[in-house]
Amino acid sequence: MPETEEKKTKPQSFLSGVLQEAVSGSVLVPLLAILTAMILGGVVIAMAGGNPFAAYLGLAEGAFGSAKAWSETAVWATPYIFAGLAVALAFKGGLFNIGAEGQLALGAVVSAWIGYALPDILGISLPPVIHVLLAVGIGMLTGAFWAAIPGWLKAYTGGHEVINTIMMNYIALNMTSFLLNGPMKDPSPTNVIARTPLIAESARMPVLFEGYRVHWGFVLALVIAFLTWWLLQKTTLGFEIRTVGANPDAAKYAGINVKRIIILTMALSGMLAGMAGTVEVTALNYRHELGFSVGYGFDAIAIALLGKTHPLGVVLASILFAAMRNGATRMQFLTQIPVDVISVIQALILLFVAADAIVRYIYRIRAPEEHLTLTRGWGG
Amino acid sequence: MTATVLQAKGITKEFPGVLANDHVDFDLREGEIHALLGENGAGKSTLMNIIYGLYNQDEGEIIINGQPSNITTPNDAIEYGIGMVHQHFMLIPVFRVTENIMLGAETLHRDKNRTPPFWKRGIFEWVRQLDFLERRAVTKKVSELSHQYGLDIDPDAIVGDLPVGVQQRVEIIKALYRNAKILILDEPSAVLTPQEVEDLFRIMRELTSRGVSIIFITHKLKEVLAVADRITVMRAGKVVDTVIPEESNEQKLASLMVGRDVLLKVDKKTAHPKGDVLTVSDLRVVDHRKLDVVRGVSFNVRRGEILGIAGVQGNGQTELIEALTGLRPTRSGKVILAGKDVTGKPPRVVTEAGLGHIPEDRQRHGLVLSYPITDNIMLCTYYLPPFAKGFTIQQKAVDEVTRQLIKAFDVRTPSPFVITSKLSGGNQQKVIVARELSRPVNLLIANQPTRGLDVGSIEYIHKEIIAMRDRGVGVLLVSAELDEILSLSDRIAVIYRGEIVTTVDAKDATREQLGLWMAGAKPESA
Repeated sequence: MPETEEKKTKPQSFLSGVLQEAVSGSVLVPLLAILTAMILGGVVIAMAGGNPFAAYLGLAEGAFGSAKAWSETAVWATPYIFAGLAVALAFKGGLFNIGAEGQLALGAVVSAWIGYALPDILGISLPPVIHVLLAVGIGMLTGAFWAAIPGWLKAYTGGHEVINTIMMNYIALNMTSFLLNGPMKDPSPTNVIARTPLIAESARMPVLFEGYRVHWGFVLALVIAFLTWWLLQKTTLGFEIRTVGANPDAAKYAGINVKRIIILTMALSGMLAGMAGTVEVTALNYRHELGFSVGYGFDAIAIALLGKTHPLGVVLASILFAAMRNGATRMQFLTQIPVDVISVIQALILLFVAADAIVRYIYRIRAPEEHLTLTRGWGG
Repeated sequence: MTATVLQAKGITKEFPGVLANDHVDFDLREGEIHALLGENGAGKSTLMNIIYGLYNQDEGEIIINGQPSNITTPNDAIEYGIGMVHQHFMLIPVFRVTENIMLGAETLHRDKNRTPPFWKRGIFEWVRQLDFLERRAVTKKVSELSHQYGLDIDPDAIVGDLPVGVQQRVEIIKALYRNAKILILDEPSAVLTPQEVEDLFRIMRELTSRGVSIIFITHKLKEVLAVADRITVMRAGKVVDTVIPEESNEQKLASLMVGRDVLLKVDKKTAHPKGDVLTVSDLRVVDHRKLDVVRGVSFNVRRGEILGIAGVQGNGQTELIEALTGLRPTRSGKVILAGKDVTGKPPRVVTEAGLGHIPEDRQRHGLVLSYPITDNIMLCTYYLPPFAKGFTIQQKAVDEVTRQLIKAFDVRTPSPFVITSKLSGGNQQKVIVARELSRPVNLLIANQPTRGLDVGSIEYIHKEIIAMRDRGVGVLLVSAELDEILSLSDRIAVIYRGEIVTTVDAKDATREQLGLWMAGAKPESA
C-alpha cells in the first residue's frame, strides 16, 4: 500500500468519531433541542410571572455555583449515568429496555441486604473492600438476571421486550415494597418508614472529599461509561451486539448467535441499571428506602435518547439532567418559581429530541439519510 | 410521422453532490415503446420521477400533447394521463384487485333522497349518510379493461395470492383505469420469470396498438432489442444517443451504456474438476408454513467447476441455499462440505468449513447497511486474526485489509469508512464479493450474484467467479437469469417444485430445453 493513502484516511478514534457526529448534525440536534426547550421554558416562566433570566441564573448557581453545588450535581448524575448507559446499551443492541427502574430497585434491595445482613449470617465482619465489592457485585448480577428474563423471552418466544420489561417493573417494584414493609424492614423501634436497616460500615463506598457527599460511585460511573464505549466499539462482543441491533438477519448470516446476544445485551443492560441502584445504596443512602428512586429508570430513557445512545453523550446528558434537578431548589429559593418548571423543560427537551424533525425544521438542518434505528417494530 | 405525446426539454436536476439529470431531452411518440436504457445511477429513474411529479426539475420543461405542462405532484401527472408502474409494486396485498384499483380514485354513491336534514337524523340516518364504495361498477370496468387489453385478471382475487406477473398487470390496469395514455414501466421485467416477461411484452404491444404510449425503463439489452421501437441510452445523467433496434445490437448498446467496450460473453477456459467438495444427499427442507419446499434433493459440486441451478423463482432455491448455509434448519438428508458433515449446523460452523456465500438478498443478509465498509469487510470473520486479537478488534488491521480489498476488487468509494448504504448496488455487491472471496474457501455459493447490477459490475463479478473456479474452488451458482447460468456453468441442474429434474453438461444445454424443464417438463429417460 502506498504511504500517501495511509495519511488521508485516519482510523476512527474516539474523538474523531465524536467530531464526525458533530458535523453530521447528530450532536447539533440535541444541543438545539436543549436550547429550544430552554427558550420555551423561559416563556413558561415569564407567563407564570417570573423572570426567566433570573430563574436560569439561579438554576446555574444552584448547580455549579459552589464546590458543594458541584458535588451535589455529581451525586445526582451518578445514577443517571448508570441507568442511562443501561438504556443506551440496549438501544445499540436493538432492544428497548424500559425495565431499568425495576432492575435498579432489585439491585438496590439485594445490595442493601448484603450490606446489613451478610456479616451477621456469616458471623464474621467482612473486610471493607470485599464487602463493598460483594454488595455492588451481587446487586449488579441481580439487575442482570432480572433483565435477562425478558431477554430470554424475546429470544426464544418473540415476546416483545417493551411489554415484558414493563411487566417486570411491576413485579420488581411490588416485590421491593413487600420486602421493605415486611421481612427487610428496619426493626429499630422508632421507625415507621418502609426502609432497610443501615448497611454495615464495611459495605460503604467512601466519599471523594471529606465534607462533600460526592463519592467514588461517580468516578466509577465515568469509568463504566468509558468501558461501555470500549466494549461496544472495540471488542468482538460489542461488534456482535451492534450487528444484532443494526441487522439481525445479517448477524445470523455472519454466524453470530443472535438469541445468545439478545439475552446477553439485556443482561448487560440490567447489570448497568442494577449498578445505579447498588451505588445509591452503598455510596449515598447506606440503606434502601421505598421510593428512593425518583424515576431514574425512566429519566434514563430520556438521557439515552438525548445522548444519542453514545456513552459520552449519556454522561453529558446525565450531568445536564442532574444540574437541572440539583439547581432547581436554589432557583425556587431565589425566584419563587416552582421546581416543577424543570420537569416541563426536561419534557420539552425529550420531545424535541424524539421529534427531531421539529428542530431540524426550525434551524434548517438537513435530515440524515439514515435514521437512527432504536428499536424494531412489534413483529420483532 | 405520428404525433409526439410527451416531450422533455433540457431537464436538469441536481441532488447534493450529483447532477442526476444534465439537460436531458427525451420525447415519446404516440403508440410507441420507447426504451430508456442505462446503468444504475445513470439518471433514468430521476427523469421518470420528474415526469411523474415525484421530483420537480431544477430546469427544463415537459410538454404534453404540444402544451407546456406544470406537473408538480403525481396527481397532476395522472390528470395529464400519465401512469407509472413502479419496480416495487404499490399494492395492498390483503385487498382485492378491484379495491386496489379504486384506491385513491374511489367511486362513491350516496342516497341523497333518503337523507333528512341533520337535526332530524337518528343513528340510522347517520349511517346512511356515509359514503359507500361503488364496487360493482368498478369491478365491471376492470373486467372490461382486462378483456380489452388481453390482461386476463380476476377482479375479485386477493392481490397477495396472485403471482408477481399478475400483480404487475394489476398495476397496469390501475393506470389504465385512471385513463393513462402514457405508461411508464420502471424495470418491469426485473421480478418476472422468462415466461412472464414474454407475456408482459405481448401486453405492451397490445397496449401500443390501442394508442397507449410506453416508456420502458430497463438495463437489460436483450429486452430492449426485442420490444422497443426506439432506444434512448443514458449515462451519467446525460442522454448519450437515441437509436432504433434494427440498427443496433447488444454490443453497441452495452458500449453506449458503459462508455467503453464491454465483454458480454464470459471468457472462460474448460474446467478441470477434481474431487467433490459438496455432497448433498436426499435433502428435505420445509418453509415457514411447514410445507415441503425442497423434496429430496441430491447433487454434488466438484472442486474447480461451476454447478448452476436453473429454475423459475420460488421452486425451492432460496430454501435450499439457506439450508446449505445454515440459515434454515433441514428436515432430513445430509450435507457434506469438504469432508465435514455440516447438516443443520449453524452458519459459523459452515463458514469455518470453508464456505463463501454471496447471499440472495444482499441488503438483508449480506450487509449491515448502516456500517462503514470496514465493518462489513470483517462481518463474517471479525473474531479471527487479523481482525481480532483475543476479544479486542484490531481496527488498524481491519482498515488495512479493507483498503487492500477496495483496491483489489475495484470498489468505487472515496474512503473505507463510507457508510455502506451510500454505495451503489454494484459497489455494495463488490464489498460482499471481496469479503467472501478473499477468505480461503472450498466452496462458493453465489445466489443471484448479479441481480439488479449494471453491465460493468456484472462483467466484473462473473470474472471473479470464474477466477475462483480456476483456483480450484467449487462454485454453486443460483440465478433466475438463464443467460447467466448458461454462460458461467460447467454443469446445470434444473430445479422444479423442490426437486432436481435433471443435471446436464452445460455444453449440451440449450435455452429452449432448459426453459421446458424449468416449466416442469419431464426429461426423456435420463
